[in-house]
Amino acid sequence: MAGRNAVLLLAAAAVAALPMIFTLSDGPEFAGADDQAKTLIRQIRPDYEPWFSSVWEPPSVEVQSLLFALQAALGAGFLGYYFGLRRARAEVRRGEGSAPASRSHAAH
Amino acid sequence: MHIMEGFLPAAHCAGWAAASAPFVVYGGWRLTRIVREHPEAKLLIAASGAYCFVLSALKIPSVTGSCSHPTGTGLGAVLFGPGVMTILGSIVLLFQALLLAHGGLTTLGANIFSMAIVGPWVAWGLFRLVRTLGGSLAVGVFLAAAFGNLATYVTTSMQLAIAFPDPVGGFTGSLVKFGTIFAFTQVPLAIIEGLLTVVAVNMLSTWGRDDLRGFSVFAGGAR
Repeated sequence: MAGRNAVLLLAAAAVAALPMIFTLSDGPEFAGADDQAKTLIRQIRPDYEPWFSSVWEPPSVEVQSLLFALQAALGAGFLGYYFGLRRARAEVRRGEGSAPASRSHAAH
Repeated sequence: MHIMEGFLPAAHCAGWAAASAPFVVYGGWRLTRIVREHPEAKLLIAASGAYCFVLSALKIPSVTGSCSHPTGTGLGAVLFGPGVMTILGSIVLLFQALLLAHGGLTTLGANIFSMAIVGPWVAWGLFRLVRTLGGSLAVGVFLAAAFGNLATYVTTSMQLAIAFPDPVGGFTGSLVKFGTIFAFTQVPLAIIEGLLTVVAVNMLSTWGRDDLRGFSVFAGGAR
């Protein structure tokens, strides 16, 4: 399984890296797709005014990247916790399986 | 990438919120029932939410020369059904709207509809279809996550095209334009999300089977 997963992860990384070498647009900026959508809305409806603005905006791009990093870190941290816990549980069980039968009732 | 705060006319915001509401209620009901009947699955449900958190924080460059992020809703939809992901996806959207100025409160209903309803339902439906037709677990998971992702952004494009029809090409003309920005950009990201979700399910098939005893994701015997 580990080998197969490594191949899948490498493939995912390659797909993510590819656009930095080759893109379909001239002079790619890699700006956010939603900024592009804003521009398009202004083209289609030049008179459209956004009628509500964000209740709070990160004061700078740096702070915003902090919050995005925090979001990813919280998620990844919890995933690591989950898989660590489950792996440890499986190993404890395997250990119990090979141990004398007297402890086997604890497994279920 | 979601519809930005204030960038959907008020009537549309209300309409999408109304359309999303019954799905959110259903999701809440499903989630409560699952947690009550399978308390052992709680940790994995939280982990599915965490997966959604990670993936929607990763802004990845695309061949179109712009950046967007995956949704991460396919995993939970395949494991626990689409209703659960409606709730977890809505939490992610709310977090991003409040703290990141990404998406928005007025556009929350529309964004929930695309990312937390259409995406998970397409993912779940496709997974069931592939498995019923005898496709392998990996193929089912890959297609579910990839097309769930793509369906989310096709929906976003449609929502914007309905609100902002092109003066010349009308709805269709506008759909093509928004689709180029959102859906086309998503193609490589959908592939990435598909691959990552297969890795996650592979790991779960080794370490997480006990948490999924009451669910049918591994049913069919295939690994």
